[in-house]
Amino acid sequence: MTMAAPQFEAGADTAVQRDKWIHMYRQMVSIRLFEEQVNELYTRALMPGLAHLYSGEEAVAVGICEALRIDDYITSTHRGHGHCLAKGASPDRMFAELLGKEAGYCRGKGGSMHIADPATGNLGANAIVGGSVGIATGAAFAAKKLATDRVAVCFFGEGALGQGSLYEVMNLAQLWKLPVIYVCENNLYNEYTHYTETTAGDVLSRATAFGIEAASVDGQDVRAVYGIASRFVERARRGEGPGFLQCNTYRYTGHHVGDINREYYRSKTEEQLWKTERDPLKVLSEWLLAQGLAGAPALKEIQDQIRARMEAAVKFAIESPYPSVDEVEKHVYA
Amino acid sequence: MPESATRELTFAQAVREALAEEMRRDSRVCIIGEDVAEAGTPFKVLSGLVEEFGSERVVDAPISEAGFTGVGVGAAMTGLRPVVDIMFGDFITLTMDQMVNQAAKIHYMSGGHWKVPMVMRTTLGATRRSAAQHSQSLHAWFSHVPGLKVVLPSTPYDAKGLLKTAIRDENPVVFFEDKMMYKLKGPVPEDDYTIPLGVADVKRAGDDITLVATSSMVQIALRAADLLEKESISAEVVDPRTTWPLDEKTLIESAKKTSRVIVLDEGYGRYGVTAELAALIAEGAFYDLDAPVKRMAAMHVPIPFSPPLEDVTIPTEQTVFHAARSMCKPS
Ligand SMILES: Cc1ncc(C[n+]2csc(CCOP(=O)(O)OP(=O)(O)O)c2C)c(N)n1
Repeated sequence: MTMAAPQFEAGADTAVQRDKWIHMYRQMVSIRLFEEQVNELYTRALMPGLAHLYSGEEAVAVGICEALRIDDYITSTHRGHGHCLAKGASPDRMFAELLGKEAGYCRGKGGSMHIADPATGNLGANAIVGGSVGIATGAAFAAKKLATDRVAVCFFGEGALGQGSLYEVMNLAQLWKLPVIYVCENNLYNEYTHYTETTAGDVLSRATAFGIEAASVDGQDVRAVYGIASRFVERARRGEGPGFLQCNTYRYTGHHVGDINREYYRSKTEEQLWKTERDPLKVLSEWLLAQGLAGAPALKEIQDQIRARMEAAVKFAIESPYPSVDEVEKHVYA
Repeated sequence: MPESATRELTFAQAVREALAEEMRRDSRVCIIGEDVAEAGTPFKVLSGLVEEFGSERVVDAPISEAGFTGVGVGAAMTGLRPVVDIMFGDFITLTMDQMVNQAAKIHYMSGGHWKVPMVMRTTLGATRRSAAQHSQSLHAWFSHVPGLKVVLPSTPYDAKGLLKTAIRDENPVVFFEDKMMYKLKGPVPEDDYTIPLGVADVKRAGDDITLVATSSMVQIALRAADLLEKESISAEVVDPRTTWPLDEKTLIESAKKTSRVIVLDEGYGRYGVTAELAALIAEGAFYDLDAPVKRMAAMHVPIPFSPPLEDVTIPTEQTVFHAARSMCKPS
């Protein structure tokens, strides 16, 4: 099943609808500009470790998280900055975490690949490919047992389709009708290898084999992602069980910031085509303009505001202190 | 042991009673595992629990150890207190990522924001003629990982008190039960009690030699101590009860007192629990020792099926007796 973007609902309040799409635009711009700063920090050697950028995939995180409540859960991946922001994390504490500073979400002890935040239902990013499929399913298990009507979303790249535990938990989730949605962000590449070289057969059938409702969606169109995500989330919340959503998308940059020469696995032409034809920010902004829901100056102003906010957040992080060394032995045990 | 009335329970009954009491006390406690409900596990440890608590809280899972262990981790983070049942300790290999990379690290990696209050119950121990994939004692693996706690009860009394504490703990705790010990009987108080993690127990006081023993090896050490007594050798048996947290002080004090130590554990000796405990004692009691610390553990072989072969792979009361005697009375 492939879903088209929802149109305005007849009779719905247009101003409310417009605000929602503009908010999503803001969220996507935030992710894009956040990642620009990360790239900058990394190339200026201010950021330790690795940086896996989410640029190009913004519509997936935003479309999904906008369909969630603040107290719904997500689990995220090594490419997780977009998920954290879309779920409501604030850039200053995220940058602080990326730089290993005490003000970071994890007091500097997690870093880019492990941002977690109970306040926004973020159970944590995970540097093990497929490592959080159990955690998300467990959160859905607890939500059901505790009757909280919360939903859990498990984000993972298509590379995680190779991990057996995904199939274990999908089986459990469908057996027990758990409110969990498996969101496969198919950006075509497992690191440096096209996914068709690693993935036999069909992706959706892997979920439908368990009887799980599954769909593919254009992951560059935030309205389409939001539409289908809302349907899956409401279904799960009503107790009708898990869903599996394949979002077809593309990462604009290397697997990580240092992955510069990548023509051995994908061409510059392909990259260019996605950026010019399928850019999620462009797809939404063109639609907003065409519908007369926003003018170009308003969108430009949003970008300027967010850029200033990101610059301030980076400044905050750079100026923040590192944790004191005695932090090293704290939080090994609760 | 407290003064209240006691009765004799088997090790399995003590485990079951701990679970039942905790499930009555706290509605967040639930059990997830293979054949845990009506079957009550192959060892019948959980018999009767599904009848009292229902299949909503005693949850039969598919044969997906990684999957349901991961579910336990996520459920523990978000409000339940799951007790995950891994039928045979050998199958912890399938849960390693969930335990080592997820459960053990989440509290630390999140800067203290998330907690994983879950228990994994599983087994250890050879001599059940179960061959190489159902006989291992792999508790050293988890003892190696910061963020996990590891419990090794050796009596019904300890099993009950330690399991209750494990369930109330805010951290992931791995609880290893010797499958050969399920029928072992011992006194268990009727009153509610708990035993803190990280407190060793002197199972028998003595002066000439210390036998530090864990889990299944405690009973072996106690029987060896009886044999030694007949030769006028007074052996002290010290059970650390948990490999982490570890009561270093009690071990070192006993070593200083007796000046001779054998460390016994049913896991592999190489890079194992005996190596760690012996090193600790050597460092802490070196100037009071009259002999090098001796280690006795599983032989460095896969556990064989054939009974005469399997029986020589782990320490017995006879091998411990002879080793202790020759340390105390060099010929
Ligand atoms: C279990 C495991 N194996 C290998 C890796 C190394 N690794 C990190 S990212 C990655 C590729 C992931 O591809 P995908 O899941 O599609 O996510 P993407 O990077 O495309 O977002 C690999 C192999 C890992 N982190 N964990």
